[in-house]
Amino acid sequence: MLINQFLFLGAILFCIGVYGVLVRRNLVLVLMSIELILNAVNINLVAFGAMWHATDPANLSGQVFALFVIAVAAAEVGVGLALVLMIFRNRQSIDADDVDLLKG
Amino acid sequence: MPTLLDKVWIIPAVMAASFLLILFLGKRLGTKATAGIGIAAVSLCLVFSVITAGQWINRVNHPPTGEALASDIRQANGLTPQTPEEIESEINSATKDSGETVGAGDAQPSSESQAATESGAATTSEGGHSSEGSHETVPPVVRTVTWFEIGPIHFEAGTLVDGLTAMMLVTVSIISLLVHIYSTEYLRGDVRYTHYYAFLSLFTASMLFYVMSSNTLQMLVGWELVGLCSFGLIGHWWEDKKNSDAALKAFLTNRVGDMGLIIGVTITFFAAGATSFNVLHINEYALSPGANTTLLLVGALCLFGGVTSKSGQFPLHTWLPDAMAGPTPVSALIHAATMVVAGVYLIARLYAVFFEGLGIGSSSLHYVAFIGGFTTIMGGALAFAQTDLKKVLAYSTISQLGYMVMALGVGAWTAGVFHLFTHAFFKACLFLGAGSVSHACHHTFDMREMGGLRKHMKSTHITFLIATLALAGIAPLAGFWSKDEILAGAQQGQEHAYTLMLVFGLITAFMTAAYMGRAYWMTFWGEYRGHGTPHESPKVITIPLWILAICAVLFGFLNLPAFFNAPSWATTRFEHFVEPTFAFPAVEHPEFTPWLAVVSTILAVAGLAAAYLYYERNKGPHGLTQRNRLAKGGYTFLENKYYLDTLYTDIIAADTKGPLARAAYWFNQNVLDGIIDGASAVTKKVSGVVYHGVDQMVVDGVVNGTGLVSEESGQFLRRMQTGKVQQYAAILFAGVVVLAGVLVFVV
Amino acid sequence: MLALLVAQNIAFYVIAALIVFGALRVVTCKNLVHAALWLVLVLAGVAAQYILVAAEFVAITQILVYLGAIVVLFLFGIMLTRAKTGTDTDLDHGSGKKIISGVIGLLLLGIMGYALWDEYRGQEIGNLTVQRTAAVSDSIFSTYLLPFEVISVLLLAALIGAIVLARRD
Repeated sequence: MLINQFLFLGAILFCIGVYGVLVRRNLVLVLMSIELILNAVNINLVAFGAMWHATDPANLSGQVFALFVIAVAAAEVGVGLALVLMIFRNRQSIDADDVDLLKG
Repeated sequence: MPTLLDKVWIIPAVMAASFLLILFLGKRLGTKATAGIGIAAVSLCLVFSVITAGQWINRVNHPPTGEALASDIRQANGLTPQTPEEIESEINSATKDSGETVGAGDAQPSSESQAATESGAATTSEGGHSSEGSHETVPPVVRTVTWFEIGPIHFEAGTLVDGLTAMMLVTVSIISLLVHIYSTEYLRGDVRYTHYYAFLSLFTASMLFYVMSSNTLQMLVGWELVGLCSFGLIGHWWEDKKNSDAALKAFLTNRVGDMGLIIGVTITFFAAGATSFNVLHINEYALSPGANTTLLLVGALCLFGGVTSKSGQFPLHTWLPDAMAGPTPVSALIHAATMVVAGVYLIARLYAVFFEGLGIGSSSLHYVAFIGGFTTIMGGALAFAQTDLKKVLAYSTISQLGYMVMALGVGAWTAGVFHLFTHAFFKACLFLGAGSVSHACHHTFDMREMGGLRKHMKSTHITFLIATLALAGIAPLAGFWSKDEILAGAQQGQEHAYTLMLVFGLITAFMTAAYMGRAYWMTFWGEYRGHGTPHESPKVITIPLWILAICAVLFGFLNLPAFFNAPSWATTRFEHFVEPTFAFPAVEHPEFTPWLAVVSTILAVAGLAAAYLYYERNKGPHGLTQRNRLAKGGYTFLENKYYLDTLYTDIIAADTKGPLARAAYWFNQNVLDGIIDGASAVTKKVSGVVYHGVDQMVVDGVVNGTGLVSEESGQFLRRMQTGKVQQYAAILFAGVVVLAGVLVFVV
Repeated sequence: MLALLVAQNIAFYVIAALIVFGALRVVTCKNLVHAALWLVLVLAGVAAQYILVAAEFVAITQILVYLGAIVVLFLFGIMLTRAKTGTDTDLDHGSGKKIISGVIGLLLLGIMGYALWDEYRGQEIGNLTVQRTAAVSDSIFSTYLLPFEVISVLLLAALIGAIVLARRD
């Protein structure tokens, strides 16, 4: 298999995720799109990890970092959803455009 | 011979077990059993500690030789992968030294055997004796296991026992035991009795763990644990907002210093070759000729940040007086005798780093000695303006901690550590005495509501008096010997470079006597000013007081100076057994100086007399603080604790935006405008010579143009700040596209 | 050998198509719960891809953590914020923003695609061998111990942070 197959899949998934982050108004959906981005990164890490592993069997960095990313993603969703919940409780809405206190 | 020196980890383990037992079973077993578990565990610890100390004394008297010594040195270096040659040469030199001394010991077998029997008979801490006066190399007993490994680096966990550790073990256990006993009465019927005893056990466990740590990482763990217990116990009565605030303040102030400690630990770790956190390894590195002194200086100063907060040195001392919000026995144990000296212990333990880093041996005036000296005077002055008996003692603690730090700073290691030791006893006695007084006077600590208590509380009165005299430094009580040694160290230490510290020390000697005299006379003499009839506390409270008072009388003799020509088994025993001989800088030992002892004693007596005349006899300029504006200002300054709290909370921590903006505005209006006005006046005159039209056009054009551009661009940029997150994200990703395009296609 | 390679490639493209389709549905569909379910398809597909490159442990973790925990968390989030259960037209921005976002996404894809094509054209992953779980754990607990500890602290901080943020008071 070519490495590029996986890298392209990752790139497509990443861009779909970016589109989702930009276009969705519902904050929960924004978080889901962020998960797509993180998965895209993980695909790259694991693919490169497999490539390294093929040349140096002792090298498992790719997998290890993919695991770390999964852990970070779990933390991110936890805190992210807590934030969304908080916003919902205070404003009765989770529309991203309603949260504009930074307006100049 | 099986020795406890190998297995000292048992001691904190006992306390930790007691903590868990009390935590999980305390509520079910009731208050009596809870206190019983705690007291039994501490008693066991005390027995173990005394045995440890005895075995250490035995080890100093009969230093290991040959293979035993070699293996000890190897273990003392930890798992540090030093070069084998280094270890070999170290073993050789040590073997030669001790071989000689053992030969000398064999020459006089009678005194040797006598010493052995005596040290066997003496079970008290440093009561053992030896026939040798010289300092031979006795490596500490280090036992480690691998905690975890990262690559080639082994992180160890282990115990290190030497004289300093043994001394701390005994001190902590004795005072903790007495406080445990005292608290059964003092906290009778308290709502959180179990919580209190659990924390007390945890504290004792952590403190014992801290003093026997073999590496700095482990010390950090113990350090934070004692901080946690301090937090929990200061806020023991957290229903009162004031108390929980005090606990938070203590915790947060300590955090500030802890950052310094963590950085210092990291720096010393990397300085010493990034291979081991082992204390002895770091000390040996600091002493090695190739050590990087700049790195050591930075490391020592960062470590001193931790000392500053934990041991209440200026300017992070502000939490300690507030910490008096906790129960009095806790103040005695944690905020006077043990936890607050953790910082002093840190300096003593990593002394080579401080010694080499700060250049103590090279007679330079440096930060640590100065801060110690400054803190001691500052704390002493603050103690005068307090009406709360416990706060007087708290500031006194700050002042005495400054004394210890100063002693270590001028190179008088033994003096500083000895003062730590004696201070623990008489200050604990004072605090427990204050608690007893408050127990009698309806739980007030306000000295204005006391007075005349000597008639009602005989035991408390006499023990308090003894401890006061010991703290003031009246011969021959404990405080006299240790304080005098510090003064002698400051006077003679390192080529008379620390005369300033001597002046600080002498002024403080006077002030200490005066404020303690003030507290003593206000509390125990005159007429009773409170309500009700005070009563003597029960025996559970007075017996610990008596034990501590006796310690305050006797323990000064443990380090009797050679000046008095006492038999060798009674001279400078503390120095002989406690001062490290392994990986330790060559410190000087100050001689006992008669004139200095006389001067300091006269100052102390004068201080007491002044307090007596002023507060008991009403002599002297009373009402000065009301009449004289300067005196009043000074008193207000002291009463507000130099406005440091105001500085921290209102100026630094409070919303800095408003004041800062106002300050900037003021600066802008008065300073900048002034400068600009002045400059423009000059410019006007100069430009008057030049052709007006050019001036008008160029200068005004530029000025107006600049204003116009900023205004317009501001208006334009304002529109970009929509507050819509996704629009920002879109711009971000568009920027990414552009940048990536540049990187991929152009570069 | 060749048959295996062909089978691998076929599997890859089938799964990749599912992933891309699912991902597109996640960012376009009008029903919140459906979006979450499409996300399940994407995540499962990614796990399948991991197995394809012989990274078993990561694949299992992906299923456990993502499908088992995170998607459930999302469903909780949807329910707690009382979203409409049916179709909801108010989930997206207007078409102008959709076009801008689409253009940004496509440009990003174009640049990344070009860079990848330029750099890794024709490069093989190589001989795929199973990356054993024991080896992965050895690697985590020796070489990457420190990052691992940091991650643990991060998770703890996130745990406390989430509780503090979400509790009512």
